[in-house]
Amino acid sequence: MIYAELAIPEVSRLVFGRAPKPVACGFGLTIGAGQVYPEVNFTLPAITIDGVNWNQVLTHYEEMARNIVKRAVSLRVPGIVLEFELLPAMTSTPQWGAEITALLHRHLSEAHEKHGLACALRVTPTDIRDQSKPPRLRSGEAVEQLKRSFELCIQAGADIMSIESVGGKEIHDAGLMYGDVRSLAFALGVLAPRDMAWLWGEITRMCSGSKAVAGGDTACGFANTAMQLAHQKMLPEVLAAVVRSMSAVRSLVAFEQGAVGPSKDCAYEGPVIKALTGCPISMEGKSAACAHFSPVGNIAAAMCDLWSNESVQNVRLLSGNAPEVFTEVLAYDCRLMNAAAASGGALALQRWLIDSDEHLSPQAAVLSPRATIRIATAIAKADSHYHATVNAGLAAVGLLRESVDAGTLNLNRKEAVWLDRIDSDLQALPGNEGSLVNEMRDLHAGVFDPASYAL
Amino acid sequence: MPDLEKLREAVIQGNWKAAAAVTQAAIDEGVAPLTVVNCLIPAMDEVGRLFECEEYFVPEMLLSARAMKASMELIRPLLAAAGTEPVGRVVIGTVKGDLHDIGKNLVASMLEGGGFEVIDLGADVAPERFIEAVTTRKANLVALSALLTVTMPSMKTTIDALQAAGVREKVKVMVGGAPVNEQYATSIGADGYSESAGGAVALARKLVAA
Repeated sequence: MIYAELAIPEVSRLVFGRAPKPVACGFGLTIGAGQVYPEVNFTLPAITIDGVNWNQVLTHYEEMARNIVKRAVSLRVPGIVLEFELLPAMTSTPQWGAEITALLHRHLSEAHEKHGLACALRVTPTDIRDQSKPPRLRSGEAVEQLKRSFELCIQAGADIMSIESVGGKEIHDAGLMYGDVRSLAFALGVLAPRDMAWLWGEITRMCSGSKAVAGGDTACGFANTAMQLAHQKMLPEVLAAVVRSMSAVRSLVAFEQGAVGPSKDCAYEGPVIKALTGCPISMEGKSAACAHFSPVGNIAAAMCDLWSNESVQNVRLLSGNAPEVFTEVLAYDCRLMNAAAASGGALALQRWLIDSDEHLSPQAAVLSPRATIRIATAIAKADSHYHATVNAGLAAVGLLRESVDAGTLNLNRKEAVWLDRIDSDLQALPGNEGSLVNEMRDLHAGVFDPASYAL
Repeated sequence: MPDLEKLREAVIQGNWKAAAAVTQAAIDEGVAPLTVVNCLIPAMDEVGRLFECEEYFVPEMLLSARAMKASMELIRPLLAAAGTEPVGRVVIGTVKGDLHDIGKNLVASMLEGGGFEVIDLGADVAPERFIEAVTTRKANLVALSALLTVTMPSMKTTIDALQAAGVREKVKVMVGGAPVNEQYATSIGADGYSESAGGAVALARKLVAA
C-alpha cells in the first residue's frame, strides 16, 4: 500500500474543481486547477459495426464531434474533454479505434486552433480480456489486441488513456447475485488489485514517452453493476453502498502504478481516490440520466474536476442531436459550479449538492466529503489491499449505522436486515488473506484463472 | 411419510441442505417423483411472487433456486427413467458481440427453478451455436439477451438465422435486456419480450403452452 496518508485530509479542501496535483493535457487544458470542465461521452445508435457499414460509423462520429465542438464554442466553455469509449469490435480491430481517435483528435485540434478552445480527448478501449471462460487476463489474443488498441490510439492522438477493467469481475458478479460478502471481498481485495497492478503497469509504460497521460480506471463493472441492480430492486441498496466503498481500493491501484488522473467518469469511488492521491477526478450524476438512473445525481458533483454525462447515443431530440444537447447540459452545470467557486461560494453550493441527496439513499450517504475522508482514512491504515478493502467495507457499514441511529438515514426492514448481515459477514472474514484465497480456490474452481492473478 | 411442506419451506427459505434431505427421505419412502416436482414448482412460484412484490432480493431468490436444484438433482434421474419431460427445453444466451451475462444468468436460474431444462450457451453467442443447440438438444424455446444498443441487431440476425436453418417453426423465441422493449421484439419477429427475470418464467410457460 503506497498511500499511507491522505493528500487531502480536511473535508473543507475536498471540493469540486481543485486537486493538489492538477493534470495538464491535450490542447492547453489543465484539469483540477480551479475550474470544472464538461466531459462529453457519446456513442453510436443501434448499428452493426463491421467493415461493410464502417463509413456510416465514421459519419456518426464526424457529426457528433462537429456538433459537440459547435455547442462548446457557442457556450464559450473554458475547456472541454471529449471521451471516446471504444466498443468491443473497435478494440478487437485496433485500427478501427485508432481511426476514430484520429478523427476526434483532428476536430479538437482545429477547434483549438480556430477558437482557442482548451480541450482534450480521453480514449477508453474496452477490456475484452474476459471473452474466454475463465478469463485469461495476461496473455492471449485478446490481451494482444487490447495492448495494440492502446498503442494505436496513443499514436493517433489520444490525450488521456483509460479503461474499465474487469479483473475479478468473474467472481464479483457471482458474489453480488448471491449476496456473498466473502466472494466480494476476494474479488475486490485480492483479485482485482492484482490485475490492476499488472494492467496499469502496462498502461503507464505505454503512455510514457508519449503525450498521452495515464488517466485512471473505474470499478464500473463491480460497483456500478451493484448500483444498477439495486436500482432495479434486485439487490439491497446497502450492499451497493458497501461495495462502492470497498471498490475504491482496486481503482486506487492504477495510481499506485503511475496513473495521474483524471479517473474515469463512472468511477463514483473517485472522491476516495482524490482524497488519497490528490489527483483530479471525473464524475457523473444527474446529467448522466441519458445513460442510467442513480440515487446520487447531485452529490456526485461535490468533488468533481470533470463533470460527465456517461454516454449518449447520436439520436435526434427536439433541439438537436443528443450529444450536442448534453454538451449544453454539462456546460451549464459546470458554469454554475465555476461561478460559485469564483465568488467564494464553492463550499456553499457543495453543501446543497450534498444535502439534497445524502439522507435519501445509503449509496449517497457514503459519497459525502465526510464519508469520503473516513473511508479513505480506513484504507490508508491498512497494510495490504485485502485489509484495505475490508476496512473500507467496515467503514461504510459504520457510517450507515451511525446515520440510521442519528435518524438522518431511513432504512426499511429488508435493508436493515441486510446491513446486519453484511456487517457480520465482513467481521467474519479471515485476517489472513492466504486463508481466504485457499477457500475461494475451492469454491470458485474453474471460474477464475489463478495464473491470471499470479496466484 | 415425509412432510413435503418442509420441502416447500426449505425452498422458500433457500436452505439447500434441508431441501436435499427432505427430497432424499421422500425418495426413500417411495413418494412419486412428480409429487415432489409438484411441490417444488409452486414453492418457486411463491419465491417469484416474493421477488415481484419486493420482499425478496435476487440473492434470496437464487438461494431458493439452488435449493430447488439440489432437490431436482435427486429427482431428475427418476423422472428420466419414467420418461417424464421437463416443462420446456430452453436454449439461452447473450447474443454475438455482447459480453454481458448477469441478466441472462438470472433468467437461466429462474427458468430452471420454473421446471425448465436450460441449455446455457453463455455470452457472445453466434447464431450458429443457437441453431446447433436447438437441433441437437431438441429445444422448444430460445431466449436471447442483449445489453447494448449496438448488439441488439444480433437478435434479429439470430432469429433470421433460425429461419434460414429451417428451425424457426420448431421454437418460440423470447428476448430481453435493458435496451430491448416490446416494440423492438415484435419488429424483429420474436414471439415474446419480458421486462424482468420473474416475468420471463411466466412468459416462457405461456410460449411453450401455445
